[in-house]
Amino acid sequence: MKYFFSAGLLAVACWSAPAQAGEIVVAAASDLSFAFTEAAGQFERQTGTRVKVTLGSSGNLFSQIQNGAPFDAYFSADIRYPQKLEESGQAVPGSLYRYAVGRLVLWMPNRAGLPPPQQGLRVLLDGAIRKVAIANPKHAPYGRAAVAALQQAGVYEAVKDKLVLGENISQAAQFVESGAADAGLLALSLAVVPAMQQAGQYWEVPQETHPPIAQGAVVMKNGANRDGAQAFFSFLQRREGQEILRRYGFILPDAAQP
Amino acid sequence: MNWIAIGVTFKLAALTALALVVIGLPIAYWVSFSRWRWKFLVESVVALPLVLPPTVLGFYILVAIGPHSPVGRLYTDLVGHPLPFTFEGLLIASILYSLPFAVQPFAAAFDQVDRRLIEASWTLGVSRIGTFVKLILPMSIAGVVTGFVLSFAHTLGEFGVVLMVGGNIEGVTRTVSIDIYDEVQALNYAGAAKTAVLLLVVSYVILLAVYAINRKVWAVWPQK
Repeated sequence: MKYFFSAGLLAVACWSAPAQAGEIVVAAASDLSFAFTEAAGQFERQTGTRVKVTLGSSGNLFSQIQNGAPFDAYFSADIRYPQKLEESGQAVPGSLYRYAVGRLVLWMPNRAGLPPPQQGLRVLLDGAIRKVAIANPKHAPYGRAAVAALQQAGVYEAVKDKLVLGENISQAAQFVESGAADAGLLALSLAVVPAMQQAGQYWEVPQETHPPIAQGAVVMKNGANRDGAQAFFSFLQRREGQEILRRYGFILPDAAQP
Repeated sequence: MNWIAIGVTFKLAALTALALVVIGLPIAYWVSFSRWRWKFLVESVVALPLVLPPTVLGFYILVAIGPHSPVGRLYTDLVGHPLPFTFEGLLIASILYSLPFAVQPFAAAFDQVDRRLIEASWTLGVSRIGTFVKLILPMSIAGVVTGFVLSFAHTLGEFGVVLMVGGNIEGVTRTVSIDIYDEVQALNYAGAAKTAVLLLVVSYVILLAVYAINRKVWAVWPQK
């Protein structure tokens, strides 16, 4: 009985131990959901290091990190969050990496009676569109960009009552993909996924109509595998990593500043 | 403190609890009085929301009331607008989510009523509904109040289901629990703390009421 108990304790201790040498735990904004599944797979095949990805809205993950969540790296959709972590000393100094600029799209399902999204944000005034899904502007960068773009297009006041807020950009995508909402302002990185391509069409919201969705990442000080996190950063900066990010519709730092 | 969210939450909780009295009493009556061999099948269905993760319930509800389901389409045709992201949609979700919190106390109270009294009432010519209203209901009033109050309190604390089917619309589907979550994500801990304390106090007072109602002997009261 005693052995049984200590074996149980040991099991719990191992199980709850932070990342082992052969793995890294990464907190990532939801717009990276599909891109990181691919990137993590390739990184693991190359280096043997497993990447465990925790997805959420950037604000949500930031709040968890501030309260001691044990991540090795943090990929935010808003660079200001990792900047704050660097300033407060929770991130490894100098590790801040501007990995991409996100793109906002207007996505609409293939359904009779809906205007095509290519006509721009003014289509949201159409009576056939009753609910418009965006990410929560309170803590999701794509939500803030969506509100800014709607204001810039002069339709925010008219569309305000149609807005439904996803907890993060993936939930906003789910709301509109399931047909529960009629249009959505989503991340291009989600709109290019096959399931979304089949279910609807998108139109890219001009980037000058909203503040840039500058995305940044940092290596965390209290992570268990700093080297692993650094290796993942350099993988993303190499050709294979850059190729994956570009394929999912991210603008890469070099391309962003020609 | 977000008074709009507080208003939405209390309205939702009150309507859910009222609806559950209307829906729950017949179900509880049937559960308590039926001698059907397979009754446990129904009892288990009623208890499901106790053990199912809110995400499972929320997922099914979203699919069931969405535009791809016959129910969702029927509702849109009848009422003129779709059900997801509306207060009515949230109300339906809350009723399902809190069903066992009403039905189980109701049925437990009905079980306690002496069957000989009920049979006496029937043999004296009082109808089944008359017996229920004049005899069973008064004798199980503590259980009925408990079910009402518990389903009210449980709806106040609902989070996962609301997160999945609500759409976080101010004044419509943004409840207190969602508001607290948003404040925490936005790092406004002071705002979250104020609302959280309110919810804590209200929930405690409600539970005090439940336990006080169900207390059999009030030793502190002078015996007559």
